[in-house]
Amino acid sequence: MADVNRGARPLSPHIMIYKPQITSISSIFIRITGQALIVATLMIVWWFVALATGPEAFAIATWWLTMPLGDLVLGLSVWALWYHLLGGLRHLYWDAGGSMEIEWAERLGWACFIGATVLTLLTWLVFLFV
Amino acid sequence: MYLTDRKRAAGLGAAKSGTSDVWNMQITSWALLVLVPVFVFTFGPVLGEGYVEALAYYRNPVTATIAAATILVTMLHFRQGFQTLIDDYVRGETRKMTLIAASFVLYGLGLLALISIVRVALSPVPALVPAVVL
Repeated sequence: MADVNRGARPLSPHIMIYKPQITSISSIFIRITGQALIVATLMIVWWFVALATGPEAFAIATWWLTMPLGDLVLGLSVWALWYHLLGGLRHLYWDAGGSMEIEWAERLGWACFIGATVLTLLTWLVFLFV
Repeated sequence: MYLTDRKRAAGLGAAKSGTSDVWNMQITSWALLVLVPVFVFTFGPVLGEGYVEALAYYRNPVTATIAAATILVTMLHFRQGFQTLIDDYVRGETRKMTLIAASFVLYGLGLLALISIVRVALSPVPALVPAVVL
């Protein structure tokens, strides 16, 4: 190739150089929550497969999903789910051209964290009473 | 041969294509925006219930459709999201193999869940089954 500049191209500054800000943190949390939700997804798929398999398989799945560790994983996944949903909604809003200013990106970032926490508490309350 | 800077850069953008990836993500996002809350509040109450209650609950076509749609769209959305992650951090042959494996696992899980839900939804209602069979 006639590319004379090979190997000497400018590099993007690495992530560790930047001071954490609500814009970057709220962004990376969408990725983290999205990937982490595979655990709860697997647990729920297991529950349905066990339900279709029979009473013994179902009893085992239900025991694992409702024991303290299962409760903890699913309970935290509720927060991840609401965070990911609100963060995704923010992306859809941006993709439609809304609120591209930095101060709005910061406000919406906080809104994702606060909104997810409020929705999680409400969800826990609902499941406590039904 | 003399190459201008522009000519040297042309066609070497990160992806070269990829609007379909953006579109898939948007479509599945809009669908999940509706499906996920409905699924959470229909699935949550039945988790922890007994086998007979859970079977009766998902024999209902409405709850079964909500569960099947949510899990299937989740697998499509997750596959696309996982690819975004892999495209960012993994290169070359490893990237290709990881994406193939992810598709295999995620589509497989989606089908497994779908067949399970359909089997439950179409399972016979106990009252209609002759006592001898039970």
